Formats: sequence, structure tokens, C-alpha cells
Amino acid sequence: MRILLVASAGGHWIELHRLKAAFVGADCQFVSTSKGMTPPLGDREVLEIPDTARDSAWTMAPTLAGLFRIFRAFDPHLVVSTGAAPGAMALLVGKMFGARTIWIDSIANSEVLSLSGRLVRPIADLRITQWQHLAEKNRSLRYLGQIL
Amino acid sequence: MILVSVGTQLPFDRLIRTVDQWATDHRRGDVIAQIGPTHYRPVTMKSFSHIPYDSFRDLQKRCAVMICHAGMGSIITAMEFGKPIIVMPRNHQLGEHRNGHQFATLRQFGNRPGIYAADTEVELLQLLDRVDELTAYPTLNAKAPTSFIDQLATFVHRPEKPPAIRRIRHLLSGKRADAA
Repeated sequence: MRILLVASAGGHWIELHRLKAAFVGADCQFVSTSKGMTPPLGDREVLEIPDTARDSAWTMAPTLAGLFRIFRAFDPHLVVSTGAAPGAMALLVGKMFGARTIWIDSIANSEVLSLSGRLVRPIADLRITQWQHLAEKNRSLRYLGQIL
Repeated sequence: MILVSVGTQLPFDRLIRTVDQWATDHRRGDVIAQIGPTHYRPVTMKSFSHIPYDSFRDLQKRCAVMICHAGMGSIITAMEFGKPIIVMPRNHQLGEHRNGHQFATLRQFGNRPGIYAADTEVELLQLLDRVDELTAYPTLNAKAPTSFIDQLATFVHRPEKPPAIRRIRHLLSGKRADAA
């Protein structure tokens, strides 16, 4: 199984790192927004896509273009993201390509789901929050614990 | 060595200016900072707008104390490496972030051992004055809890989507297909 894992550099990447054991045994392609990153699993080089701030629509085009290139080459069965905006875009593109999708909202979002999380909630096959009270308020969200 | 970081996405002048002025006053030559697009130009700190991920992690391993915005990446890393961390949240009312989640982060994690919260520049300076006395120990291993990983792995390695007919039947019975 081919899995595409997308996380922005920084906290999102570190959260994904802590979950890597769940993906052992699959062919994993990691994507992030910075250079010089070591893949948490496997020997595929981490691919870089341009970062996008969610409030500037113009910067989304290069990110999308990068994602389309990666999807055409790798054709994943499953797309996983821990955020942020580029990861949400990866889930949308993944859906178009017929892949299953998993969104894991950052532990930083303890009071409301992130905006990216709300964007992908209708299309993601599994939507995870790390706060039980958020999962209780919204039944489309699953709580499996925290990455800590 | 003291390592300062405010991420790479947004400026955080209040924190960078305060630490740099403290370093100047106390002639500290051992402060390294990743300042992102911060406008203020540090005088005494060695500053970089962006340090590549792996080199930054190496600095985190070697430093004595971390001083950061309330980003989860810094907090998790400090807990893993057992480094004392001084945390000052970005205030969205001053335009330092898009929303107040860094205050929420500090409410959730500010009381853990090794995490020293500074709500304002004054509190930051008070902590800086006893920076060499701050202590911490590792409180986190490098992995999420097994129960989280196992439940996630079950979904990840699930063979194929159930056939359409089963999904429709589930839909009609009011259950979600992925609950099967």
C-alpha cells in the first residue's frame, strides 16, 4: 500500500513523527514545506512543496501544482495529514484521485477544530481530534487519545 | 547555549526584542535565535530567519534552555529532550497570530514540569534573570501512546473499502460506513 503523508515543517511534522509506527509496512512518501528533512520511515526522500498561508489565495496555486505532480507520480492509496493548510489541500486532491484520507488535527487546537480541519471534515474518511470534549460536541470527529 | 525560536511563519517582535536586549545588557554571547520574518534585527543574538529542520533539532539537543512562542513543536521537543523551556504566547490582539490558540496551548501545558510560562515581557525578563537555574527532565518518549497508534494503524491497514452495496446498506441503517 502506498501512503502519502503530508505535514508542514515544525509542530505538525513533529506530531506526524510521533505517529509513524502506525504506518510501518507500507510504502511511505513524506511531504513537507522545508528542505533538508529526514524521512521518519523508509528511504524515499522527503518532498518539498511551497507553504501556503491559508489567508492568501494566491500562494495556493504553487502548492496545488506541487501536490498534483506528486499525486501523478506516486498515486497513493491513502493520504494522511497532521496539518496545516497544505495538508488539507493534499486531502482534497487525494479525494479527487480516489484515495482514502485521514485528517489528524493538531493537539494545539484544544478549543476549536482548526480551520483546515473544518475545511476537510466533509471529505476526510477519518477525522481525528486530540481533545475528547471536541469529539463529544461533534460526532463526526474521533478521539483516539493524544500524541503526547 | 540558549536557543530562541518563534517558528518561521510569522514575526514575533516582542519576544525577540526582549531577549536580545537582555542578552545585550548581560553580555551573553551564547544566544542563538531563529526569528522567521520578525522585523526587529537582533544586535547581540546570533540570528537566522530559518534554520534547516535537522540542524535546528541538533541545536535543540545541545542547548541548555529554550525560549519560544507557544508552538507545540517547541514544547513537545523540550519535553522529549528534557530541556527547560520559557514560553511566551503570541497575542492575536496585537496581530501576532490569527487566533488565540497559543494562549489555549499555554493553559493546557503551562503547568508541566520544565515549562516556564511568561504571559508578558515583564514575566519573560523575570525568568531570564534566573535562566541558569531553570531545570527540566525528559517527560516524554519519542512515540505517541500505543493505544493511539494501534487504533490508527487499524484504520490505515484496513484492506479495501467495503463494496458499495454494503456502504449503502450501512447508510440506510443510519450507521457510518467506516464504523463497520
